[in-house]
Amino acid sequence: MAQSISENALNQRPKAIVVGASSGIGEALSHKLAAEGYRVALLARRLDKLEAVATAINQAQGADVAFAVQHDVLEFDTVPQVLQDVTAKLGGLDLFIYNTGTQTPNDPERYDPTGDIGMINVNVNGAIAWLSPVAARFQKAGGGHIVGIGSVAGDRGRRPMPGYGTSKAALHAYLEALRNRVRRYGVTVTTIKPGQIETEMLKANADKTVGAIPVEQGADLIYAAIKKKRQVAYIPFKWQIVSLVIQHIPSFIFHRLPI
Amino acid sequence: MIAKQLDSNRLERTDGWGQVVHAVDYVYRPTTVAGIQDVLTLARDTGRSVGLRGGGISYGDASVNAENILLDLSRMTRILDWNPETGIIDVEAGVTMRDLWRYVVGDGWWPNVVPGTMFGTIGGSLAMNVHGKNHWQSGTIGDHTLEFDAVLPNGDCITCLPDETPDLFQSIISGVGLFAIVTRARLQLKRIYSGRLKTTSHTVPDLKSLLTLMDAQKDDSDYLVGWTDCFAKGDTLGRGQVDATVALAAGKDPLPTQTLRLAFQDVSDTIFGVIPKSILWRVARYATNNVGIAWLNRAKYWAGKLQHGKQALNSYAAANFMLDYVPHWKKAYLPGGLLQHQSFLPKATSEQAIREMLTLCQARGYPSYLGVIKRHPADDKYLLGYSLDGFSLAMDFRVTARNRAELLQLMYDLDDIVVAAGGRFYFAKDAHLRPESVSASLGAERMQTLIALKRQYDPANLLQTNLSRRLFGKQFQVQSKT
Repeated sequence: MAQSISENALNQRPKAIVVGASSGIGEALSHKLAAEGYRVALLARRLDKLEAVATAINQAQGADVAFAVQHDVLEFDTVPQVLQDVTAKLGGLDLFIYNTGTQTPNDPERYDPTGDIGMINVNVNGAIAWLSPVAARFQKAGGGHIVGIGSVAGDRGRRPMPGYGTSKAALHAYLEALRNRVRRYGVTVTTIKPGQIETEMLKANADKTVGAIPVEQGADLIYAAIKKKRQVAYIPFKWQIVSLVIQHIPSFIFHRLPI
Repeated sequence: MIAKQLDSNRLERTDGWGQVVHAVDYVYRPTTVAGIQDVLTLARDTGRSVGLRGGGISYGDASVNAENILLDLSRMTRILDWNPETGIIDVEAGVTMRDLWRYVVGDGWWPNVVPGTMFGTIGGSLAMNVHGKNHWQSGTIGDHTLEFDAVLPNGDCITCLPDETPDLFQSIISGVGLFAIVTRARLQLKRIYSGRLKTTSHTVPDLKSLLTLMDAQKDDSDYLVGWTDCFAKGDTLGRGQVDATVALAAGKDPLPTQTLRLAFQDVSDTIFGVIPKSILWRVARYATNNVGIAWLNRAKYWAGKLQHGKQALNSYAAANFMLDYVPHWKKAYLPGGLLQHQSFLPKATSEQAIREMLTLCQARGYPSYLGVIKRHPADDKYLLGYSLDGFSLAMDFRVTARNRAELLQLMYDLDDIVVAAGGRFYFAKDAHLRPESVSASLGAERMQTLIALKRQYDPANLLQTNLSRRLFGKQFQVQSKT
């Protein structure tokens, strides 16, 4: 592998952590960040997949810019230690992305409290366990950027996905609260709301897709939103209009719609 | 990975003085030797390195240690012993130059060596082995250090005297905090018979005259400093001003007790009696660009011409601590910060190298905003000695989000000129050097000694900073046991 880079004050690589980097949006975004000059720590449960991603990134960049760290977001108590270790290995932290998310198959008839609680644990509690210490750190540092991957599904409580929708709505609210808390310290918080992006999760859960975009394109759009320091960004943009319409459908009509 | 967790509440953002380097570190500020030893133990338990910080006025990354422990000694501020008969003082490492001179000046003493700002600590001054405008005459602070106490990375406390343990003495002094943590120093101060110094200013039309005049003045002046207008081109390249300063001999000041008072030494915090200096940097911001600074340099040169050959009396504090004249002036360089390039050149190649560097900066569109030239003696005594029998050139550059890549390339090209001229670098000012430039300028022999001493006194590489990782990272890596 290529040589490490002698960094100094003027050519420092910005440093990023991507939680949930082994596949889908997290994987594509990690590739994109590395290509844009970041040093990236890849976190996820599946170490073999994660190491393959790290190797692919390092080969593509011709330098050691990504490394894998095994972590299960359900182990909330370990987060402060993992955060310390990973920032030490990175040599700092400029960008934190919480991408981990899980979704049970959409089904408008089935009641699944276990699955719903599981999603809340991964999508919300796991996020809180990370976002909170990261926000505290960025507040002390007087800067930094937090990105949470939410979903258009969190904009309205919908028939086929009560658990998933709730988890994303909760994440949106948590991110907004953090944004209002840390903005005065120079910290940016971006809520990403993807529509349909061609990932394993989409294939596994959605019965039909509407104009889904390739995951690489999704990563490019997310990176553009990060670079612009957007507060909320729908990926791709058309979902902002779709969501606007859905949010304004009166309840007495909405409960009759099979969406 | 790491055995024990550090207290996240200790996380603080620390900056290099030039505000180009920013880091987040776990900061500890003990007040005792036992407190320092506890921090070393904590570092070993948590697998972290320990960086040292005093006044935090190194321009670059010499006093930050990102994501690791930063041992800030600025709370160790006690003056332990002072003898106004002999001029020998014992101070803790966190005592600043300001604390020091203010304590002794009333008794008619002054530190032998002070840098251009009074906000550095004695510990930091020893780590960098600082010099002043009297470098040619008086050497570095190490030359006036009678002994010091230090904590070694293994926790042992030692006392170092120049004659008893010369290798440790000469490597801890100048060693940029890589070998030990100085906790106390005994310094020999110098007698002064007035609180004032007499400065004669000479305006010089070009580089050759500037260097020639400084060389001619070096033995007759107590303090000597050259300023050059880095915007001047062609025949006027290197034009500037030489300030030659002498101390007043005994009996020359009719009222020494008055000029030695703090009230006389303290630099006024207003200009023209009414404008607070604390607001000056806000005004200066608007001039901190190529056009504004070119005019300021021109104005300084022509104003200097009016004063040519005239003598002025200044207080010791005003004459020595020129960098403190405008408080927080570095902020005029925000948001990108300030980068300094300082090189030490042998006399034979000085003129040519300085000419090349000034011309290169102009050709790239980055003329230095401030150019300072000083005369220095050879230094083969200290491990990381930076000085050569010749001249130094210090240049300040404004960093912006857009110029970083071009500026960095310029720095590298300047470094190459320095290395080719047989010159050296000074780590207190550095934020950009590459390991190969440092190895080339220090020479193979010194590099080997450095690595050998580091392995001997700090085999676990416990003492690190961002600077040490950048410049010596590979060489200091702990040898894995096979």
